[in-house]
Amino acid sequence: MAPVIAVAGFRKTYGSTVAVDDVSFEVRDGEIFGLIGPNGAGKTTTMECVEGLRRPDRGSIAVLGLDPFRDVYKLQHRIGVQLQQAQLQKRIKVVEAVHFWASLYGKPATDGDRLLDQLGLAEKRNAWFMTLSGGQKQRLFIALALVNDPQLVFLDELTTGLDPQARRAIWDLIRGIRARGKTVFLTTHLMEEAERLCDRVAIIEHGRIIDMDTPERLVARHCPERTVVLTTTDVGVEEALRALPGVERVERQDNRFTIQGRGDDFVGALIHGVSAHAIPVQDFRTVHPTLEDVFLRLTGHSFRD
Amino acid sequence: MLRGLLGLTWLEIKIFMREPLGAIGSFLVPVLVYVVLGRLTGNRLPPGAAASSEMMRVTLPVFGAVVIVINAVLSLITIIAIYREGGILKRLRATPLRPATILTAHVLVKLVFTAITLLLMVLVGRRYYPADLHLPVVNVTLALLIATCSILSMGFVVASMVRTTRFAQPAGALLFYPMFGLCGLFVPLNALPPRLHMLARFIPLTYAVSLLKGMMRGDPWSAHVTDIAALALVFAICIALSARVFRWE
Repeated sequence: MAPVIAVAGFRKTYGSTVAVDDVSFEVRDGEIFGLIGPNGAGKTTTMECVEGLRRPDRGSIAVLGLDPFRDVYKLQHRIGVQLQQAQLQKRIKVVEAVHFWASLYGKPATDGDRLLDQLGLAEKRNAWFMTLSGGQKQRLFIALALVNDPQLVFLDELTTGLDPQARRAIWDLIRGIRARGKTVFLTTHLMEEAERLCDRVAIIEHGRIIDMDTPERLVARHCPERTVVLTTTDVGVEEALRALPGVERVERQDNRFTIQGRGDDFVGALIHGVSAHAIPVQDFRTVHPTLEDVFLRLTGHSFRD
Repeated sequence: MLRGLLGLTWLEIKIFMREPLGAIGSFLVPVLVYVVLGRLTGNRLPPGAAASSEMMRVTLPVFGAVVIVINAVLSLITIIAIYREGGILKRLRATPLRPATILTAHVLVKLVFTAITLLLMVLVGRRYYPADLHLPVVNVTLALLIATCSILSMGFVVASMVRTTRFAQPAGALLFYPMFGLCGLFVPLNALPPRLHMLARFIPLTYAVSLLKGMMRGDPWSAHVTDIAALALVFAICIALSARVFRWE
């Protein structure tokens, strides 16, 4: 099946600043694809060019087989868009917004009502936009992005500024969008969000994609080391642990050992060795590297800097 | 996208009416000022004198109309700036709405409010106007529409270029208020020194005032071809200019 989005050799400059350079990626049908990177890396620029809101300087972009800039009005009927930092009129009512949006796409107002129910906004129907909480505003923007029943949904920094609980609720909603057979293209600067939500991610920094794959494979590729934290009553086992196959490093803090090795079979081999040496185990915990570690490894600096 | 245009216009009218100062500012204050002015001046003049006075019959109504139109333009500039800064314009643009539709809706909202305000003033003003006054309503309305479109288009150029809401209102005021002094409303153009007279010829408001005054007096359209041509030219230039320089974000 042809990719839903195909971007090749895309470049965008603002004056003398190169925002995005030589970016290529594909988004496949039915997946949640994340463009991840720190603020200012070029995520929004890329997304807005794919949406047809900006014109790329170079390269080709195809969305659902259309040129997003030239065929923007045709495309807008088939995509749903949530923009970063967009607002609505302060005193527009929730229900007015969804009904108006529905009318723009020639959909019945009841489609909007149904979405308000599904997104838990039914009680807020008659509330003004300015009175909504951050999470409610974002749910309204999701409703507006879905009101035309699009094949492809764009979500730009959807959960920025939300508390963890509201964020989790939004994640469930996004999985729900995928469950309905739609494709989701999102950006986030939250590595945890990307890891929990995305089928595939592209890591972008300084306007260039530095790697792209499923979160698991990115971690396996760039951070193959495995870490086990073992707590034991017998503090004299350090040498025995060090001698186990695959173990590269052991650190002790009181009766807690941090053991590092690499490879998929490392944890299994360790369990086997611990059991063979009859080491008394109070606690045994494996620590997984995350996308955050991948980013650190790839760029040499931490994500939040 | 006529449906989108009407839908957005109606939505914006409702939203504007919810502003704390929306209704009061656009209807109540102008009408109140007008009533107070009418009481102060109208009651002092004998009916016959009022009817024959150019000041009462032509200048004041035209002045009132121009003030309302300019206030509408200033408010339009501010709203566009607020919508731009808040990302609302951008969000609307990412829908099947055409940019022209979004902007036309805002102009329509202002036209509706201007029309309502003027209508209220005419209704209220009947108490102060002599009964024998024959106002060519259709002609005056048409002239007002032409003048308003032209002035609004100038406002759009300002709205296209101001970057922040804070500067929107002052920038608009800076453009429009000086025009007042030179537009021939209170001081006849011929009485101006030659240089200012020349300058007045380049002020679009001069033609708007001339057209409005003429229609109030009952002139035929043929006497104001220059005014209409000038206003149309201003409109065409300003719309073309703002189409080029308009910022959505």
